[in-house]
This record gives sequence, C-alpha cells and structure tokens, in this order.
Amino acid sequence: MNILVCISKAPDTTSKITFKESNTSFNEDGVQFIVNPYDEWYALVRALELKETQGGKVTIISVGGADYEPIMRKALAIGADEAVRVDAQPLDAFQVASEIAAYAADKGFDLVMAGKETIDYNGAQVGGMVAALMHLPYVSNATKMDVAGSEATVERDKQGGTEVLSVSLPAVISAAKGMAEQRIPNMRGIMAARSKPLQVIPSSAPAQLTETVRYELPPEKGSVKLIDPENVNELVNLLHNEAKVI
Amino acid sequence: MNVLVFADSDNGKVAKAAYEAASYGANIATKSGGKATLVTYGQVDNLNELAQYGISDILHAESVDHVDPMQLAALVDAAAQSTGADLLIFSHDYTGKTIAPVVSARMKAGMVTGAIDYPALDGDFVVKTNVFSGKAFAHVKINTDKKVITLLPNSVSKSKSEANANVTAFAPDLGNASVSIKETKIKGGDGINLTEAELVVSAGRGLKAPENWGMIEDLAHELGAATACSRPVADVGWRPHHEHVGQTGIAIRPDLYIAVGISGAIQHLAGVNGSKVIVVINTDPEAPFFKAADYGIVGDAFDVVPKLVAAVKELKASQS
Ligand SMILES: Cc1cc2nc3c(=O)[nH]c(=O)nc-3n(C[C@H](O)[C@H](O)[C@H](O)COP(=O)(O)OP(=O)(O)OC[C@H]3O[C@@H](n4cnc5c(N)ncnc54)[C@H](O)[C@@H]3O)c2cc1C
Repeated sequence: MNILVCISKAPDTTSKITFKESNTSFNEDGVQFIVNPYDEWYALVRALELKETQGGKVTIISVGGADYEPIMRKALAIGADEAVRVDAQPLDAFQVASEIAAYAADKGFDLVMAGKETIDYNGAQVGGMVAALMHLPYVSNATKMDVAGSEATVERDKQGGTEVLSVSLPAVISAAKGMAEQRIPNMRGIMAARSKPLQVIPSSAPAQLTETVRYELPPEKGSVKLIDPENVNELVNLLHNEAKVI
Repeated sequence: MNVLVFADSDNGKVAKAAYEAASYGANIATKSGGKATLVTYGQVDNLNELAQYGISDILHAESVDHVDPMQLAALVDAAAQSTGADLLIFSHDYTGKTIAPVVSARMKAGMVTGAIDYPALDGDFVVKTNVFSGKAFAHVKINTDKKVITLLPNSVSKSKSEANANVTAFAPDLGNASVSIKETKIKGGDGINLTEAELVVSAGRGLKAPENWGMIEDLAHELGAATACSRPVADVGWRPHHEHVGQTGIAIRPDLYIAVGISGAIQHLAGVNGSKVIVVINTDPEAPFFKAADYGIVGDAFDVVPKLVAAVKELKASQS
C-alpha cells in the first residue's frame, strides 16, 4: 500500500482567535500550531495501521511555507515515512488541492487520505477537489476503513445514519472520528523523524479562485440573565415572550 | 445571475435543509435578475412542498441513487449546463459538503463553504462564512464567473408561498458508479436532525451517568427539540457520536440551545455560539458557559430539568 496523507496546520483548539491589519489577516502571535486533528488522529493513524498490517509506505504532503515543517516533523514522528512540502502559501482550497493533485498525479498512490475538514477554515473542500482533479473515486466522512486487495470497504456518516460502501482503489478518502485512535509520538519516533526525508518541491502555480477580504469576530454577548432555580416557570416565560424561541 | 440549487434526498423525501437553500437561491436570483432552478434525484414525494419555497422549476433525476458522489457531481454539472447556472447552491450537510467541492473543482468555480448570509451582489461577490469552527467569520470573495456556495442550515429565514412544482424529468449520462453500497444503518430516535434542528437540548458530564439522560430526552420531546452532547460524553459512549457538538464535532446554529451540565470549554462553545439564544443550567456559578449565555440558572440539573419539563408542558397545554 502506497498511501499519501494530506496534512494541514491549524491553531491549537484552545487558541483565542484575533486578527490584525484591520481584520484582514489572522494574528498568529502567541498561537500554538498543531497538525489539524482530523488529518492527524484519523487519516494519518489509519494510514499507518494499514501500512503496518499490509506493508508499503506512508507519505505526507503539506502545501505551505517553512513554518509548516514543525508540524510535518510531528507527523513523521508519529510514523509517516517521508514528507513532501509544496513551497507555496496556502490561500484557497482549490489552489491547495491543485498542488496536491499535481504532485500525486504520476506517483501511483493506492490511497490519498485527508481529514474531513480543517478546524480553522472548516472548508471540507480539499479531499473532494483532489478526487475531482485526479479523476478518482471519493468517499467523505469515513469513520472506518479496511482494505483488501484493490478494494476498500468504508463506513461513512450520512444524514440520519451510516452507510457501508465498497470502492475500488486508487481512491480519495476523507477521514472523520472513529477511524483510528490518536497516537502520541514516543522518543524514538521523535529522534527518527529528524532524519526522515522532507522534500521541498516548487509550486505548480495553480489558480486561486477565492480570497478572504476581511475577518470579523462574533459580537460580545450581553450579560446573562440569571433566573432563580425555584422559579423555572420564569425561564419558560422569558423564552416564550421575550426571546420568542418556544 | 442564474441560480441552481441542489436538493439532497433520502428515504423518499427531499431533505428539509433544501427548503432553506431553495429560499436562499430564489432570493439571489430575484435580486440579480436571473432565473432559479432546482435539481434533485431519487424517488421523492414532497416536490410540491419544496416548490413553495421559491423555486418551482425542478429537474428531477428519478432513477439516480445517492451512493456515488462523483455521479451526483456529474448530475449537478449537467443541470448547471442545461440551465446556464452561474451560481450553484448546496446545503452544508453531508451530501452537500461532499459533492460541492467536486463540482467546484470540475468547473473551476470558486467556492465558499458554510455561508451564513446572503452574498453582496453590488460590486464584488463576497460571502460571509463561519471560520475557526465558529470562533470567527470570514468575508470571502469569489473571483470566478461561476460560483459555488454551501449554506449552513438555519442561517437565513425561509419564505413560503403557494406554488406548484413544474417538474422536468432529467436523465443525463452520469458515467459508471465507482462506489457501491453494501449496507445502510439508519439510527433510531424520533428523527429530528441535529444540524437542521431549531431547538436543541444538550447535556454534558454534569449528568454523571448515561441512565440520567431520560429527563434530557423528556425536555427535548416536550419542546420538539433535537438532543446533543459534549465531547467527553460521546467519547465514553454515554451518547452516540453524532450528537457531539463543538470544534471537533458538528457546528450548529439553532434558535435555542439549552446546555445542561456542560462547563462551556472553548472547544465546545466553538460549535454552538452561532445559536440565537443560549440557556445554561449548571451548579457552578463560575462555569465559563454563563459568559456565553443569554439566560442562566445556577442550580442542580436533577432538580431544575424536571421542573423545566413540567413548565414547558404547562405552556404547551395553554397553547393548545
Ligand atoms: C483538541 C480538543 C478538541 C475538543 N473538541 C471538543 C468538542 O468538539 N466539543 C466538546 O464539547 N468538547 C471538546 N473538547 C473538550 C473540552 O475541552 C471539554 O473538556 C469538554 O467540552 C467538557 O465537557 P463537559 O462540559 O461535558 O464536562 P466538564 O467540563 O466536566 O463540565 C461538567 C459541568 O457540569 C457541571 N455540573 C456538575 N454537576 C452538575 C449538576 N448536577 N447539575 C448541573 N451542572 C452540573 C459542572 O459544574 C461542570 O461545569 C476538546 C478538547 C480538545 C483538547
């Protein structure tokens, strides 16, 4: 099994989000970056499990500047064999997907995996776009996946339930919770990661179809209206007559 | 601009989220002097109801099933070509999230996911969307002539008016399926879909054990609400995973979110702070959730929730 896992960087989930330059860019000061949880916990770990049982190689790919390398080293420490960084600022999902598809086109991967979305832009776009650009089958939101020969059996979430599908490889799969358990890198992994190959390749200069012009923070909530626990009727009354939601 | 709205279908019905997407698409078409069309698939019996949300021209691919995202994307592609659509609208639900990026990449149409408002139509085409899992908003400009938007459910109000569906059978060539279905598991429950729900009752570790959820379900039942939970509760299996809301669960925007025994960690708030009204019930007056709440009760869930169930029953009785 030759597996490519798409890895994105995201602010740690405890980060307070602020913006700078008149709200046109994300303020990275003091923000700790992590491997996007869906990419790491589910896509990468499941790829490693498949490699461990079936042999093969796990390559990770990120589209980003040199600031991506610490999180890429983390993915190598968890167990990926090698890493590729496409040297370009990620500005839009189509551009990122195009870079990944351009790299992967002639490498003969059996599986391309991504997280179901990132926790910063929540676009849920890259997996589907890579599949479209590479003309490969696509299954999103996979919560379980097994591979036998050239066929994968995938369980995915759908409206109101789940579905078990079979898909022939090569294919693109986006991973959601359930697919694997988080792995904490050990000392040996961290040491080994330092000498694993991390190749930097130039951008294929794809088009960018969208741009973020401005950010905005949600309005501060006014102070909470507290209701006496002995007077629960008052809450129902307020929800009905004041907030008008019930 | 000409607008095409994709309506997902499942179990013999067009999904309810599509009603909102239809209203949204119809409004944009009217404001920009274009025509709106809807495309859906499968055997469905509520096209006449769907038509009342602003788009009566419906392309219906009855023989198509929902399994292969690539075939559904091809269906939308074909519908976009036959209607000359400039803007494609999907609901930001499982199916919409899956096929919209495929369509976008095929058409090289710039895409915004999780829109929460109408696009600006004078000058640049800019759409407001949720980012950082609900901790902020971004205004994203689409630079291409063809455009794709996925709309987060409960973002705009839907308007209903009398109309009859004008259905055209649609059977484009979708190529071969690359994915086949082995099994479908439908989960039980009374079927209120969490992402579409207008009212949500949610509970966390403060409830102490899974057998204590009866009162939460009672409250949800009285209100006609969906149930949700915090992540640790899903992690230990007290509640099913699909109820887990927050940064690593699902993001929701109901009119009312009632949080019982949930502390209000930043990762939890991320998924629910788009709710219009938040009620927090917690024994700890210092719980961070109170800072994000509109109404709060500092009290024991085991005492407060049953009283709340009774009070809601009373209200419903007085209304009927
Ligand atoms: C990377 C990452 C991602 C995460 N993603 C998510 C996510 O998506 N969603 C999410 O929810 N969490 C997420 N978390 C976890 C989050 O940080 C919190 O740990 C979690 O939300 C806490 O759940 P809780 O509020 O149910 O439990 P607790 O924090 O234990 O809070 C229980 C609350 O119940 C109250 N209580 C106790 N007894 C009673 C009673 N009898 N009546 C009323 N109140 C009572 C307590 O005062 C307390 O406030 C994430 C964490 C990390 C690190």
